[in-house]
Amino acid sequence: MAKKISNQVLTDLHLRMLRIRRFEEEAGKLMEDGKIPGALHLYVGQEAVASGVMQHLSNDDQITSTHRGHGHIIAKGGEFKQMFAELFGRSTGYCKGKGGSMHISNMALGVLGANGIVGGGLTIAVGAAFSNKFRKTKDVAVAFFGDGASNEGSFHEAANMAALFKLPCVFVCENNGYGEYTPQANHQAIVDVADRAAGYGMPGVIVDGMDVIAVHEAAGEAIARARSGKGPTLLECKTYRFYDHVGVRGMGLTYRTDEELEAWQKRDAISNFEDQLVKMKVTTRKKIANALEKVNEEINAGIQFAADSPFPAPEDLLQDVYHVGSES
Amino acid sequence: MSEAVKIEPRKLTYVAAITEGVRQVLLEQDNAFVAGEDVGQAGSVFGYYQGLYKEFGPERIYDTPISEKAIIGLGVGASATGCRPILDLMFMDFLGECMDEVANQMAKMRFMFGGGATLPVTVLTMAGAGMNLAAQHSQHLEAWLAHLPGVKVVMPSNAYDAKGLIIAAARDDNPVFVVLNKASLAMACEVPEEPYEVPIGKAAVVKEGKDLTIIAVSRMVHEAMKAVKPLAELGLDVEVIDVRSIQPLDTDTIVTSLKKTHRALVVHEAVRFGGFGGEIVAQLQELAFDYLDAPIARVGAPFSPVPFSPALEKIYVPNADSIVAEVKKTIGV
Repeated sequence: MAKKISNQVLTDLHLRMLRIRRFEEEAGKLMEDGKIPGALHLYVGQEAVASGVMQHLSNDDQITSTHRGHGHIIAKGGEFKQMFAELFGRSTGYCKGKGGSMHISNMALGVLGANGIVGGGLTIAVGAAFSNKFRKTKDVAVAFFGDGASNEGSFHEAANMAALFKLPCVFVCENNGYGEYTPQANHQAIVDVADRAAGYGMPGVIVDGMDVIAVHEAAGEAIARARSGKGPTLLECKTYRFYDHVGVRGMGLTYRTDEELEAWQKRDAISNFEDQLVKMKVTTRKKIANALEKVNEEINAGIQFAADSPFPAPEDLLQDVYHVGSES
Repeated sequence: MSEAVKIEPRKLTYVAAITEGVRQVLLEQDNAFVAGEDVGQAGSVFGYYQGLYKEFGPERIYDTPISEKAIIGLGVGASATGCRPILDLMFMDFLGECMDEVANQMAKMRFMFGGGATLPVTVLTMAGAGMNLAAQHSQHLEAWLAHLPGVKVVMPSNAYDAKGLIIAAARDDNPVFVVLNKASLAMACEVPEEPYEVPIGKAAVVKEGKDLTIIAVSRMVHEAMKAVKPLAELGLDVEVIDVRSIQPLDTDTIVTSLKKTHRALVVHEAVRFGGFGGEIVAQLQELAFDYLDAPIARVGAPFSPVPFSPALEKIYVPNADSIVAEVKKTIGV
């Protein structure tokens, strides 16, 4: 399978995952040390999904993300400086400090927002896809959501409308086995969220979300299908959250076992992929270490930038509630 | 002016003025489209899109599934990416189906994104009792919307304002709700043929007076006008203000009037308790307390769902009689 993918793309996929992992590890530490206000929902464990999908997208393609959104935005091209600055609540952040972790967005990158509401981004992605079709572009909108969100009414309305209008839209369900702290078996009677695609007249595809190459291949097909005007796909990626729902250790709730966590950690998308890349002679351990070092430097620069940045001024509070002025 | 060029002013009904406003927006803005339930071939259950599907076709007028969340979400995503959607939320009561998309997405996206997103989206929705459609198809829920920073809310009481506010809403780069009223649909008044805007955030003094200001929302303007004569018989020369826009609210016009008349009554069709009238009263006492000669009176629907039976609905909706009664009771004349 991997033979079809160029070394350049393989290296790119690895770098996207590494960037997400390191960002999230540091963000988690900063939160638990009390240096980042509020709550962070971290993406560690699920990196293969964002990276495998986003590798196919340009800045003109749109995504809607979730409360666990840092990974999507980094994979879409988000810069650490503006990311950290937003988490620190600084005016140099992607949202001038007004959105925070759950609302990071950047229109230039095609990021129509992380979203604090479970399922909140799905209908917005449908709107972006509708816009792409209406404006006769070739852009695709991708909605990320979880197994939990697939129980929200917005999922069903979005899926039906996207399929009905044959919109250039891809629904990427990251099934990490938990809706917040509730295991999938306790929140839905199905095992595969992809089964729901049939009810809306679109293909439902299941892929191993811990295998970045598998995600990349399946996402490529779904995105190509959407781009060519054939309508949406529901792509379910089976994955796992290594950290708690909130933070790293979180609240220490006993809703899952250490054994389960360890079993999934053995399937870690990044370390397994690194082994694979070395074995395939795509890269070397030394090159991986160098890449890690460069990412770490960028992380440190990002944190420093954020810490040195000013907080928003009191007069910024009432800015950006409305667009002021004439027609854009 | 000579007899030869005397032209009768053109009158349009409220429903025809809505059609004309939307049509002129579609002609003016290539990136505008209409989406909603039964808006296409059916032309809306209230008839105000009649003819638009034939003229503009399925590329501009979209029948959607009965999916209010997806309709509003579609407007959010499409407006943020270069379109100017006109959404139709058939009955205002259906806000309950899409309040997340309205309150947490549409209203907040620009702010949460630090100004990064612009949402030029217009929502037309029908409110009000009077058709015996009972508790889930008759409400005036504008206070829900006016409480949300990030959206604008206008409430035309007549055909002229309906057209002008729809055009102003569609040209505005913010989410704007145009709250229409069923009982106004057949009412007609003079409406110019060319496109024009009624400015959002500007109230209208419908009738000048010196003794009492009636601040009326939506079709309660017509009831206020009916109350002018009986109140004159009580010795009160009444000024009537059509609020037209509740978010933003034109406090200047209202306060200026109160400073002249020293007495005020606020009337809306919505339930009185927690209704938008309370906000107007609060602002008046903050901004013009020293000018008040009497408590500010409020008229609204009683604290009950809208009843079905014509016998009950008739007494549920405020009218000229209830306005006069409230003036007598609170203001004491």
